[in-house]
Amino acid sequence: MVTAPADARRARHIAGRVPDPELPMLTLADLGVLRAVDVGPDGTVVVSLTPTYSGCPAMAEMRAQAAARLRAAGYPRVKVRTVLDPPWTTDWITPEGRRKLAEHGIAPPGPAPRPAPGPVPLVLTATRRAVPCPRCGAADTEETSRFGATSCKALWRCRACREPFEYVKEI
Amino acid sequence: MSDDHVYLTLAEEHEDDTRWAYGTGFEDPLHGVDTTVPDGVDRAALAGLCLALGDDALVAAQRLAEWTTRAPELEEEVALANIGLDLLGQARLLYARCGQVDGTGRGEDAYAYFRDPAGFRNVTLAELPNGDFAFSMVRLLVFASWRLAHLQRLTASPDPVLAAVAAKGVKELTYHRQYAAEWVVRLGDGTEESHRRTRAALRQVTPHLGELFTAYDAREEVVAVLRQVTDAAGVPLPAWTPGPGAGRRGVHTEHLAPLLAELQSVARAHPEASW
Repeated sequence: MVTAPADARRARHIAGRVPDPELPMLTLADLGVLRAVDVGPDGTVVVSLTPTYSGCPAMAEMRAQAAARLRAAGYPRVKVRTVLDPPWTTDWITPEGRRKLAEHGIAPPGPAPRPAPGPVPLVLTATRRAVPCPRCGAADTEETSRFGATSCKALWRCRACREPFEYVKEI
Repeated sequence: MSDDHVYLTLAEEHEDDTRWAYGTGFEDPLHGVDTTVPDGVDRAALAGLCLALGDDALVAAQRLAEWTTRAPELEEEVALANIGLDLLGQARLLYARCGQVDGTGRGEDAYAYFRDPAGFRNVTLAELPNGDFAFSMVRLLVFASWRLAHLQRLTASPDPVLAAVAAKGVKELTYHRQYAAEWVVRLGDGTEESHRRTRAALRQVTPHLGELFTAYDAREEVVAVLRQVTDAAGVPLPAWTPGPGAGRRGVHTEHLAPLLAELQSVARAHPEASW
């Protein structure tokens, strides 16, 4: 006989191991988009996911994968809720997720800007973050484009080892 | 199932479906969201607001997508496509919310593909042709600055879905505005030719600014941002007068119909198709 909290932990573990379609070295748990996994009294598993970006094309895939894996693991009734509030932030990427990103040559994000009351300030005098090169560790790096192959990444290059790399930008 | 070959695993599992394809018939973007409309919320006003904001985003996204294969550099093309994708995502959520609130139960495709120009409520600024790169950057600066201020106010909406969509949008528009602002400074403060084109672009958008500030009070905030950018760019910000919104009443320039004809052609040629 499995107790309900243990069951929820197991279901969370299964849903949490689904890989992100765009950053496949990360799981949904690493990415911080898995907000909750609950098991109801009738055994229904409710998975709560939050989208990274409004236009994220991977949401449907994440939802389908989480439900499919849970069903395969013996949970016939699975519901996936989408949680829009609070909005996802890169601060929710776990330390384990950051380690995996760096291991794959992608610089992990720094702390996300905190929303302050009042109008969002526009800063034109660039105060660029120091992003260490994920390959050689050098601090002498520069942004080549704030937009990359997916919404969440910017393109950078290292002036020391000359390698280009991707960087998950703070949001 | 192995985690080692994620793409292979996904591809094998989905041989028979079309989730990776692009077309109509996507899953509801608000799938699994609590869509209750709180008591006391004026449903018609909320639906109208979602529709107008959704139309602004869809039309602006379509113009940004037109730069694909035509931008000056690959990096800019990727940037413009990314910004367009964010706006398209916002449009999808807003259309889905509109269909729940206006009582018709229509899905996003009905709004995007099966309405004629007079049914669209986007501001005319969004539909103007791309022109040169300077015009596209000036237009994006104005559009993103205005939408950012507008959405920031809507994070306090009594409708939790609109408030959440707005909160997400604020984060995205902040870096859309940043991108456009840096380009306007670079162009205005660049060569004689880029300076001339930036000034011309500002003159061209001016007649379309009046309708941006009729529904809510953020004029001073947005003007302060625009002035900050034009001062840094060394170009004058032309004056304009607030006016009633033609686009918000469904009265559009001659440029919207061809844009929609292209956007809607495949969906209308093959209604109900998915691919």
